[in-house]
Parts: sequence; C-alpha cells; structure tokens
Amino acid sequence: MKLIFERSREGRGTAYLPACDVPERLPAGELRKAPLRLAQVPETEVDRHYSELAQQTHGVNKGFYPLGSCTMKYNPAVNEYAASLPGFTDIHPLQDADSVKGAEELCSRLERYLAEITGMDAVTLQPAAGAHGEFTGLLLIKAYHRACGNTARKKIIVPDSAHGTNPASASMAGFDVVSIASDAHGCVDLDALRAAVGEDTAGLMLTNPNTVGLFDPNILEITRIVHEAGGLCYYDGANLNAVMGIARPGDMGFDVVHVNLHKTFSTPHGGGGPGSGPVGCRQFLARFLPHTGGAESIGDVRSFGGNFLVAVKAFAYILSIGAEGVPLAASNAVLNANYMRVKLADVYPMAYDTVCMHEFVMSLEKLHHETGVSALDVAKAMLDHGIHPPTMYFPLIVHEALMVEPTETETKETLDDAIAILRGIRDAAQADPASMHEMPLHTPVRRLDEVGAARNPVIKYAF
Amino acid sequence: MSGYIPNTSAEQQEMLRESGFSGFDDLYRDVPESVRLKKPLNLPGASSELEVRRELERLAAENTVYRHVFRGAGAYRHYIPAIVDEVTGKEEFRTAYTPYQAEISQGVLQSIFEYQTDICELTGLDAANASVYDGATAAAEACEMCRDRKRSRVLVSACVDPKIVSVVRTYSFGRDAEVTLVPEKDGVTDMEALASLLGDDVACLLIQHPNYYGDLEDMRAAADLVHGAGAKLIASVNPTSLAVLPAPGEYGADVAVGDGQPLGLPLSWGGPYVGFMAATEKMMRKLPGRIVGQTTDCDGKRAFVLTLQAREQHIRREKASSNICSNEALCAMRVAVYLAAMGPEGLRQAAVQSSSKAHYLCEKLEEAGFVRAYKGCEFFHEFVTDSPRSSELLAALKAEGILGGLPLDDHRILWCATEMNTREEIDMVAAIAKEVSRS
Repeated sequence: MKLIFERSREGRGTAYLPACDVPERLPAGELRKAPLRLAQVPETEVDRHYSELAQQTHGVNKGFYPLGSCTMKYNPAVNEYAASLPGFTDIHPLQDADSVKGAEELCSRLERYLAEITGMDAVTLQPAAGAHGEFTGLLLIKAYHRACGNTARKKIIVPDSAHGTNPASASMAGFDVVSIASDAHGCVDLDALRAAVGEDTAGLMLTNPNTVGLFDPNILEITRIVHEAGGLCYYDGANLNAVMGIARPGDMGFDVVHVNLHKTFSTPHGGGGPGSGPVGCRQFLARFLPHTGGAESIGDVRSFGGNFLVAVKAFAYILSIGAEGVPLAASNAVLNANYMRVKLADVYPMAYDTVCMHEFVMSLEKLHHETGVSALDVAKAMLDHGIHPPTMYFPLIVHEALMVEPTETETKETLDDAIAILRGIRDAAQADPASMHEMPLHTPVRRLDEVGAARNPVIKYAF
Repeated sequence: MSGYIPNTSAEQQEMLRESGFSGFDDLYRDVPESVRLKKPLNLPGASSELEVRRELERLAAENTVYRHVFRGAGAYRHYIPAIVDEVTGKEEFRTAYTPYQAEISQGVLQSIFEYQTDICELTGLDAANASVYDGATAAAEACEMCRDRKRSRVLVSACVDPKIVSVVRTYSFGRDAEVTLVPEKDGVTDMEALASLLGDDVACLLIQHPNYYGDLEDMRAAADLVHGAGAKLIASVNPTSLAVLPAPGEYGADVAVGDGQPLGLPLSWGGPYVGFMAATEKMMRKLPGRIVGQTTDCDGKRAFVLTLQAREQHIRREKASSNICSNEALCAMRVAVYLAAMGPEGLRQAAVQSSSKAHYLCEKLEEAGFVRAYKGCEFFHEFVTDSPRSSELLAALKAEGILGGLPLDDHRILWCATEMNTREEIDMVAAIAKEVSRS
C-alpha cells in the first residue's frame, strides 16, 4: 500500500487553527532553510490511510495472541475510558500539588496495591517500561552497595535463560554480567550459583516463574545463597501473571522487583508501547528510589512522575478485579497454559514435560531434524489461521523453541481451536514439509527479506 | 465473572479434569508451601464497571483542569486535531505488541517507518529510531551513543532543562561516567567556558535549543567549538520550533533528540510522552532501540520489518547499545498522525502563532512591570521574567483560573504561550499583572 508521502499533493491539507490574533513575530536571526517535506494530505486521506494500516495489523482485539512472555491478555474498555477523562489527560505535570489531588491519590493507592501484590515496602511509578524498571532496580542495588562503602561488588548474576534485557540492563547500570547455566529442569543450578557468588557479587536477577514457564522450587535456597554472599536479589516481574495473589516476590526473598503494567495489569501494548515498569523495593532500599528529591535518591530515570495514563488503566484494572480477582486471574492463566500443554504434548514435545505456570515451551528440534520444518515455519503457518504465533527461538537454552502463553482471558473454544490448528499444522508438516517453507500464503505480505533489509538499510522514505 | 475470565467455574473444572489436575492447588504444586500467600491480598474487593467509572470520575474531578495555561517547561499544550485520537484509538494499533511478526504487522511497521521519515525531515538528519521513553531518556541515550573508551566525559549546558540533566546524571551514574556542566551566562551557554572545558576526554556536548529559559543558543558556534575538539554535538530540540528554526542538521548536530509531546500528545500529568532520536548516517548503528526498514516479501511486494537488530538487547544481551525493549510506539503514531493532519503549513502555523503569542505576552508583561530577564537573547515561545512580585502574580492568576508560568525561584517566572492562548486571554493576564504591580 501507499506511504502517506505518496498520497501527498502540493497544497492539500486541512486547516485546524484560526488566524493569528496578534502581530506575527518570529525570533530574529537564522531561520530554517532546509525543506520540510511532511505529507500534504486532506483529513479524508489521513483517515483512510490509517484505516488501511489498521487492517494490516493484528491486535488482541482481532484474535488469539499467545505470545510467550508478553502476557497478551484482554485490554478492558473501561480502562481506556478512564484514561481519556480530561481530569487526567489535561493536567500539566508542573501544576501545584493542591490542584492534582486526584492524580496524587490514584498514584499513591496504585503504589500501595503494587507493594501489596509484590510483597514490597515502597514503589515508584517513574520507570516507563520493564527494561527501564530493571535499570532502575539495578541502580538501587548499586547505590546501596556504594552507601555501604562496598565498591567491589561489581557482578550481577543472570541465568542463561534470562530475557536479553536483564544482561543489557546490568551492563547499563555498570555491572559485569556473570551468566550461569540452568540445570536439566530449566531452573537455577544451585551448584553453579554457589560457585558464582562471592565478595564481588552485587546481586542476582531472576524471573520466577522463569522463562521456560516453571516455578523454581528452590527459590528460597537461591535467594538465601545470594544474601549470604552479601548480594541482593532482583525479581524480573515479566512473569508475575502466573503467581500474583498466590506467591509474592517479597516472600520468596527478593529485595527489588519490577512489574509490567502492560503485561500483568492489562494495559495495552500499543504496538510496542507505551508500557510502564514500576519498581518495588524493601524498606532499606527505599531511600534510593528515583524522583523523591531525597539526598540519597538515584535521581530521575525520566522526566516527570511516569507514564501516568498507563497507571490510570492499571489502577482501573485492579479496582475491577479486586483482591479476589488477582489470584483468580493468575490461576486461570496457569490453567489455560496447562490445558494447551497437555493437549499438545503428544505431537509437540515439551522442552520440560511437567506442570507449567502461565506459559510453556515446545521444542521443535525433532520435527526440524526429521522434516526440515522449523519453529519459524510452524509460526508462519499459524499466521494464515489468524493466530499470532508464540514467541520464537526463546529462551535461548531451548532449541527450535516456541513459547506459548494463552493468558486467562481466552475462552476454552479459543484454546481448542488453537490446539486443533497447531495439530493440523503438525500433520501438514509431516505430509508435505516443503509446502511449510512457503507459509504464510494469505497475509497482507508474505515472508520478508530480512537479510536484505539489514544489509542495505532503507529506514526513511526517499523523496 | 471477575478478572475478565470468560470460562465458567464448571468449564474451569472440566479443563482441570481434562488436563489431569485435581484442582487449582494442584497446578501450583511446584510452589513451596513456605512461599505461598496464606491470607487474602489487602486490596479492595472487586468492583462493577459502574463503580469503577464512578471512582475514576471522582478522582479525575479532584484535579483542576486549567482553561488558560501559560506554563511549559517541558510539557506543552498545543491544539490536537480530533483525528489524532480517532486514529490512535483504533484497537488494532492499541492492542498489538511490538511488530515481531512482520506479515501481520505491516500497519504498525509502516506507521513507524513514516514516523522515522518525519523525524528525519524535522531534524534534517539521516536516521531516526522508532522512539524511546521521552525527551530526557533520549538525551541520556544520545550521550551513551557518543561515549567510547577514550572519550567518556559528557558536557551538558547548564541551560538544559534540569529534568533532562537529572536523567543524564542518573544514566551516567549507571555507566560510571562523568558529567560536567557548562555554566550559563546571561541566559545562554557560556561559550568561553565551553571552549575551556573541551578536551580530548570529552565525548559530546548536550545543548538545548531553544534552551530551558526559552532562549536561542548560538548553535553554529557551539558546533564549531565542539567539532574542533573532536567531540560530538547533541541538540535537544523542541519539535514545534523546527518548523521555523534551523534544523539540527543545518548547524551540524551529530544527534538530535527531543520530546515529541508537543506534536499531538496531551499533557497527561507527564506521561506517556515520546522521545525522538535522529543521527547522522555515520552514527546510525549506534542508535538504541527499534528501527524499521523497508524490504520486499517473497513475491517482490514492498514491505517493512524491524531491522539492524544486531544493536539490540535480545541479540547482543550485555553488549547491546541499550536495554530498551518497549518504546512508545502508539505515542510515536500520535506524532505521525498529528504531522500528517497538520502538514508542513499547519505545523508552521502552530510554530509562528506560538512564537507570536509568546512575544505579545512578553511585551504585555513588560508593560505591566514584569520585565524580561536575559534581554540580550532571542526567544521562541518561552521566556523568563524577573520581578519581586512574582509569587503574588502567580497567586492572582490562579485565583482567576489561570495557570501562570513556572516559578523558577521567588522572583523569576518561566512563561510559555502557544496557539492555544488567545489575545483576549493574554490581555487578561496583562491586566492582572498590572493590578499586582500597582497594589
């Protein structure tokens, strides 16, 4: 389809502003000489352009989206209504405190709710996304060790199954990353952990349930080992949806936590953002939190208090589902995942064939070996069935991985349909493996030349 | 059912049975008893949608929405055409994830490609990314792009928004890197001080234009000094101003950053906003975050895809250019829709009117005895007044439902005007200012 710039015609457009009612004045001195080739399109064309683009976009609103580790649950409509209220959208971030009492109350209550759900003492809403929360949490750990006069603690231990953001965040916070291998069950290898900790350990970053969808049964031993070595424990809340209201990171021994409002708390992902990554911590770290103005605060991690409108949506969600709804959402997420896992295990070998949490990882290594059909091929075949594929090739410790996270907001029929489709794809892969490399056939565009895109980058329109 | 769970209890029981579990507890058999939560969460009970609406409406009503706003300082109230909400409210855009599966994500991918093009046009630079969290994190990430082993010190003009400086400091604390402030002189960066601070350990200068006080910097002089010392120039810019002020590419900036909020995003008490970043082609591969590129599909059809991913965390892990994963895609789309609707002439109008009204406001305030500080500088749509009656004036305006400028201390006020402010409104402010001066 056309780019907006290809719809542009000189002199077209829509006037939105009244005539200027004061004398025109620009600053003296050099003005812009460079051309400004923004599209010149009337509003009808803008509208149609984006309607076409919307038709070429798959969202949770259109269909099943079992993208592992991303928690693509339903985004309730009332949240959007709440976040569109002028009392929230039209307030300036630098208004006097007495003129934003409602916003202040909402944020402090949300902080309290998140502290309760994670088992932490204090929460900041400033981080704008999960990775931003990781960075913030790690800076708290860094500031803490510094305040204790301990500058030798330079290492952050990260399991090899971790999200890529974990080591990247550790590096941005100035730590050296120590990667430790997982055990045969996909969990933390206790011996490897014991061997890794020492005087130079700043902390451990862990997702629990971990990225293969398992709850680490040794969690208390893990956090004990790190604490005894003088390190702190960071909980990556990417997978909190499995255990909220069931088990709290604080009770597992973690000191710092981030949560993703755009995963666990139902706020939409917006095609890549905005998200929000609040960070919770124990009392002894609270003095280092960002945006407090305190002498020991790490400062600010972004301008102003955070992605406020995202916080409004998460707040509305927590009010809606309430104390009883939180564990109910978690246990249904776990049920839906196990239901799919059990019904697929005979045709798609599970990387770890045991009870899973909110997601499970299939390994298509055998299928790939026998037929040449890869995890990518299976994922691409799903596209023709109106299902967003699972996360591919992650975690890195599982070969030909497909990571499936159905979430609690899907009906049994949706799960049954997806199971049938996945089984059908598996049959087709065995009957006619060559055809699988051609999939998808019916999407707006088909498989792309990604290598060419990276080799000769064209990242803007050539006028 | 609470929790937006569609399956009935009977269906849930059936699913448990079919998958071989005795009950919900059985699903959590790997969770040690000792870490299980033994009591209900201390949260309010579930609420109906009607109750949720009432509560949120109550909270929203506790906030004052000012009809007349003369405050900017990093968050600007501009007119947002209705089409912006209409388009970005579309559920496909709102409820999609990052466009990993390009075949069913062309809408999001193409919109980002168009946004990247807009940002390159505005800044006059070669390459833009798909956005970062906000203008301040964009500035901090830009400093990171410029640092290397030999050159790790970052110079930041004291005329940069203090919120941005704070974020740059926080990111630098992470990297254990040094930040040195270049002092202010008469409302702009002290160029002599800059010259003396430059050295072969300096990675870059971060300078804001128009700066925090609204004043225009001598960007060409800054660029010459910085480049002469082998360092890079990062320009933190207001995107509305770029319709009339020179593009960063024109005066030799290596990286341009800023907050896209003035282009179609409501004030929203500070977020979500959107940080834009653009760089010269030479620095393209140092940009953090997502970048969308054009390619073809196997039928030869033009298509778009996430590209240059070798920079990113999911591939490079601890060696990535940044840890950023989620960005502000839907906010970037607001910017793109805003620019498509306004067009070059509409954006120019917004810029010209903002500048004109700010100058009119300044004149009227001066007549009323609130004189402008830093008189030697040209300004765009923000400026500072200096008067011992500042706090009285702000209080008097507030009493009339007007959000005045931002008090910088007990005598200086940072004012802002945009196309949203009418002449009548400004005259009203001037009248109140006169009253305050007389009393």
